[in-house]
Amino acid sequence: MIRLEKRPEPSRAFSLATPLLAVVATMVFGGLLFMALGKDPLTSIQTIFWEPLFGEFAFYYRPQLLIKGAPLVLIAIGLSLGFKAGIWNIGAEGQYIMGALFGAGMGLAFYPLEAWYIFPLMVMAGAFGGWIWAMIPAFLKVRFGTNEILVSLMLVYVAEQFLASMSLGLLKNPEGFGFPGSRNLQQYESAFNGDLIEGTGMHWGVVAAMIAVIFAYVLLSKHRLGFAIRVTGEAPRAAKFSGVNPTRLVLFCMGMSGLLAGLAGLFEVSGPAGQVTIDFNVGYGFTAIIVAFLGRLHPVGILLAGLLMALTYIGGDIAQSNLGLPAAAIQVFQGMLLFFLLALDMFTNYRLRFGRAEVA
Amino acid sequence: MTDTPLLDLTGLTKAYPGVVANDSVSLAIMPGEVHALLGENGAGKSTLVKMIYGLVKPDAGSMKMNGEAFAPAEPRAARAAGVGMVFQHFSLFDALTVAENIALGMENAPKLNALSQQIRDVSDTYGLPLSPDRVVGDLSAGERQRVEIIRCLLQEPKLLIMDEPTSVLTPQEVEILFKTLRKLSAEGTAILYISHKLEEIRALCDGATILRLGKVVGECVPAETSARDMAEMMVGTVLQTPTRAGKTPGEVVLELKSLSAKSQSAFGMPLRDISVEVRRGEVLGIGGVAGNGQDELLAALSGEMLTTPGMILFQGREVGLLGPNPRRGLGILTAPEERLGHAAAPDMSLTENAMLTGAAREGLEKGGLLNWGAARQFAEKIIAQFDVRTPGPGNAARSLSGGNLQKFVIGREVLQRPELLVVNQPTWGVDASAAASIRQALLDLAENGTALVVISQDLDELMEISDRFAALNEGRLSPPRPAHDLTVDEIGLMMGGAHGMEVAHV
Repeated sequence: MIRLEKRPEPSRAFSLATPLLAVVATMVFGGLLFMALGKDPLTSIQTIFWEPLFGEFAFYYRPQLLIKGAPLVLIAIGLSLGFKAGIWNIGAEGQYIMGALFGAGMGLAFYPLEAWYIFPLMVMAGAFGGWIWAMIPAFLKVRFGTNEILVSLMLVYVAEQFLASMSLGLLKNPEGFGFPGSRNLQQYESAFNGDLIEGTGMHWGVVAAMIAVIFAYVLLSKHRLGFAIRVTGEAPRAAKFSGVNPTRLVLFCMGMSGLLAGLAGLFEVSGPAGQVTIDFNVGYGFTAIIVAFLGRLHPVGILLAGLLMALTYIGGDIAQSNLGLPAAAIQVFQGMLLFFLLALDMFTNYRLRFGRAEVA
Repeated sequence: MTDTPLLDLTGLTKAYPGVVANDSVSLAIMPGEVHALLGENGAGKSTLVKMIYGLVKPDAGSMKMNGEAFAPAEPRAARAAGVGMVFQHFSLFDALTVAENIALGMENAPKLNALSQQIRDVSDTYGLPLSPDRVVGDLSAGERQRVEIIRCLLQEPKLLIMDEPTSVLTPQEVEILFKTLRKLSAEGTAILYISHKLEEIRALCDGATILRLGKVVGECVPAETSARDMAEMMVGTVLQTPTRAGKTPGEVVLELKSLSAKSQSAFGMPLRDISVEVRRGEVLGIGGVAGNGQDELLAALSGEMLTTPGMILFQGREVGLLGPNPRRGLGILTAPEERLGHAAAPDMSLTENAMLTGAAREGLEKGGLLNWGAARQFAEKIIAQFDVRTPGPGNAARSLSGGNLQKFVIGREVLQRPELLVVNQPTWGVDASAAASIRQALLDLAENGTALVVISQDLDELMEISDRFAALNEGRLSPPRPAHDLTVDEIGLMMGGAHGMEVAHV
C-alpha cells in the first residue's frame, strides 16, 4: 500500500528540484505524445529545446527568446505577488490588452509630432490602462466581496471586444485602405520601442522585466509589504493579527499585477507587434500564470521559467512548420509542464511511504 | 458480579514513525466500574482508546472482552461488541434536528417518530434533558454533548468511553453529567473516563490508570489519592505552584465602557455591553464556555476588530479605531487562542514568526525595510528564555509541539514589555510543566506592573492566577469579583448555570 505522509518541514531540496523534474517528465510524456502522432519523439524534443538556441537559424531565434520571454516575465512577476497572498488575478490577458490600447492611443494621439516625451507618456498610459482594468475586480472584491477570479477573467473578454472595436473604429489607420488595425508604431519614430542594441531583441520591455525581477526580489525578501504578502498567503488570520490590512493588500497586489501586465502590452504593441489589431493578444496573460507557478512564485525562478516558456513557444513554432506537429499538440505539451509541476509539487510537503495502511 | 473483567488489555503496543505511542499497556475494567485514564497531552491516551474503538490496530498485545478475544477491525465491530464512544469533538450537523442527527449515526435507524420516543425515554431515564425536535445549531456545547451521549446509549453499550467530556461544560452541567454516569455505572455499564482534571476524577472514578510517554506509570484509587500525587505521577516531576507576592493594583490601564460589537464571523457571538476596568499589576481572569464571545473580545482588544469610539480606553486614551500595530506601539499586546494560523503562521520559520508581532516594538523594521538579523536574535531570545524545544529559529512553526509553540507565542509577547497583555487560552493543550511555566511568566509580568486579561476555559487556571474573576456568557460579561473567595457554584452561576436546563421541564 502506498500512502502519503506529511513532512514535518517542507523539503528545500524538493522545492528546488521539482521544476527540473517537471521539465524532464514533460519531455518524456511529450515525447510519447509526439510518438503517438507518428513523429520521432527525439527529433521533436530536440526541435523544441535545441533548435532555437543552437540550431542553424539560432541567430534569428535567440532575440526572439527575449522578445517572447520579456512580457511573460513582466506579467508573471506581477501575478506572483498576488498569488503569494492568495489573490487570484486570472485576467492579466485583459490588462495586457488595455495597457496596449491606452499606450498606443496615447502615442497615436500625438501623431505625427516627433518629441522625446511621447514614449515616456505612452509607458505611463500603458501602465495606467492595465492598472485601471485590474482595479475593477479589486474594487468589486473589497467593496462587495465578489470573486476576483471570475471578474478578472470575464474582463478579458470585455477587453477583447474593446480591442476589436478600437481596431475597427477609433484607432483604425486612416491611411490603411480600410483594413482593420491602427497605424504601425514601428514607422513612428517617437513611439517606436525598437531594439536598444540592434539585432539582440533587447527592447525596453526586456529592461522593464529585469527591473521588475529585482524589484520583486527586494520587496519580498526585505520589505514589510512583501512580508505582509507572504504571511497573508500562508495564514490570513495571522496576517490580520500582525496588522496587515487585507483591503489595501488586495488593492496593491491587483493593481501591481495589472500595472505590469499593462506595461507588457504597451512594450509589445509599440515594439514587436507594432500596431493594434484584432488578434493582437496571443495569450501571454494566460501563459504567464504557468510561468509564475513554474518559477515557484519566486522572482528568479520566474525569470528562468519565462525564458523556458518562451523557448517552448519558439521551438513549438519550429516543430509546427518543420515537422508538421499540430498546434494543439504544442499546447498540450505546454500544459503538461504545469500539470507535472503541480503534481510533483506535492512532494515538497509530503513524502511517499510504502507499507501497511492505517487509520491514525 | 463475576471476577472476569469486562475489558482486559494486555501488552498493547503501537508505534508511529519516531514515537512509541503505547508501550505494552495493560489495564482491566470491571463491569460497572468507572475507570479513569489519566495522562498529559501526548501520553498515549487517545491512541489507546482508538485501539479499543477499532480506529487503530495495535502492533502487539491482545484485548479481551468478557474473557473472549476482542480485535475490532473497525468502529462498527467495536460498537457491535458493546463499545460506545463520545468524542471530544462532536460530529453533528448543525442544520439537522437532534433526532435526525442520531438517526444518521445508526446502522438500522427506526422511523423518526419511534426514534424520538426512544430519545425521550433515554433522556428521562438518565436525567439528560434534551428535546429530539430541536435543531442542533441552536444547542449549547453541553446539549450537543448530550446528543452524542444519547446516541451511544441507544446502542446499549457495555463500555462507554468518554474523551475529555467536561472541557466544554459549566460546573452545573458537569454535575448533571456525573449523575448520569453514576446511574449508568450502577446499572452495570463500565465507563472509561479520559481526563486530566484531577478533582473530577477523584469525585467520579473507582480506579485510575496513569499513562506517561506511552507507558503505564501507576494505578490508584482516585478517592484515596491526592490530586497532587496524581499530578506528579502524570508529569513525573514535582510540580511548582506559581507564586506571587501580594501587592496593591495601580492606576487603571484598560477601561471598557459598554463595549458592544457585532462578531466578524457569521456564527460568532456579538459582544454586549461589556464594562470593566483593569489596573496596573492586576490579573483579570475571564471564564466562560467556549463560543460565548471570547474570540470577539480578544479581537476587539487586539485591534483586529475595530469598535465604536469611546468604548475602549487605554491609559485614558481612546483606541477603538486603531489597528493591531498602532496598539502594539502603545503597549497593548495580545496572544490569541489558535496557535497555528492565528498567533503564528504554520509554514513560516520562528524568525519570521518573531517578526510577525515584534517588528515595531523590537525595532526589527526601519522605514519599511526588515532587519532579519535582529528578528533572528529576537527569536533566539524567546527560545532561550522560554525554554522552547526546537533545533533553532530557522524551523517552521508547525514543526514544534503544541506546548513549545505556545511557549514561543506567549514568550514573544511577554518579552516585548507590554503595558497590557491579553491572552486567550494561554495553556490550552499544553502539558502541566509547560503550563506552570507559562502561568509563572504571566504572574511575573503582573508583578512588574503589566495589566493582564487572561481569557480561559480552565477554571482551575483562572482561580490560580486571577486577582478578579468575571465570566462571559452570551457575549455579556458578569461584574468581576475578587477571585479568592469565589466558590465553584458561584462561578458556575456566573457562567450562565446549566445551559438548556429549562428544556427538561417543557
